[in-house]
Amino acid sequence: MAKKPRVKVPSSAKKGEVIQIKTLAPHKMETGRRKKKGKLIPRMIINKFVAKFNGKEVFSADIHPAVSANPYFSFYTKVSESGTFEFSWTDDKGKTVKASRKITVN
Amino acid sequence: MATSIKHKSKTIARRDVLKAAGLGAVAVAAGSIFTSEAFASPGKAKALLKKLTGGAEVKSGRVHLKLPEIAENGRTVPINVKVDSPMTSKDYVKAIHVVSEGNPNPDVVSFNLTSSSGKADISTRIRLGKTQNVLAVAVMSNGSVYMAKKKIKVTIGGCGG
Repeated sequence: MAKKPRVKVPSSAKKGEVIQIKTLAPHKMETGRRKKKGKLIPRMIINKFVAKFNGKEVFSADIHPAVSANPYFSFYTKVSESGTFEFSWTDDKGKTVKASRKITVN
Repeated sequence: MATSIKHKSKTIARRDVLKAAGLGAVAVAAGSIFTSEAFASPGKAKALLKKLTGGAEVKSGRVHLKLPEIAENGRTVPINVKVDSPMTSKDYVKAIHVVSEGNPNPDVVSFNLTSSSGKADISTRIRLGKTQNVLAVAVMSNGSVYMAKKKIKVTIGGCGG
């Protein structure tokens, strides 16, 4: 994964507001079913996505090969205090890519 | 090209396709990827559903599944799942599973939510191998299970080839 994941989190929100978060991680998401010159290309996908807020998990996804390349997720979460969102994507080889965003809540 | 092969292999038994010497790798690939037996059947999806829900009774309603009616490209199909829920610490959506009845594997993606999610509304993009039913299953915090089902036409499959 050469490119960095893209994450959209509002920079500020009101207390108790439900905010939308959008994430996209550049990844081929090889299904393990494609063939190149008659040989199967081994499976290589991101199988886990986790979003944490101030260390506490707020959203996670168990991903199978049926999720498109460059997996995109949009979801909501309620914020009640300022803090940092941490996102992590883990692939089949156990490699994890991380991103984080700060949000101010008032 | 893929569609014509798919059509052909439906009329010829898979065994015959594989047996026929001299057929190129394309035909073999078509035999293994495009015949219905290589794909998950509704039965397989049902078995997965049972595993995901722990055998709880699956009710309809509360889940809103948004999919295009026709996907020209099965490689990336936008999908949105919304679940009616107050999302309080006592009553919230614990998990949302997306299950395919026509892909090689019925698992698509599972989302884990918490009481602080605020809103059960998730969008992503998925791969679909052929025209099929897609199921969205929501597991609530009290263990009850709700499901929505939608048929989608897929012009070009997105699972292999």
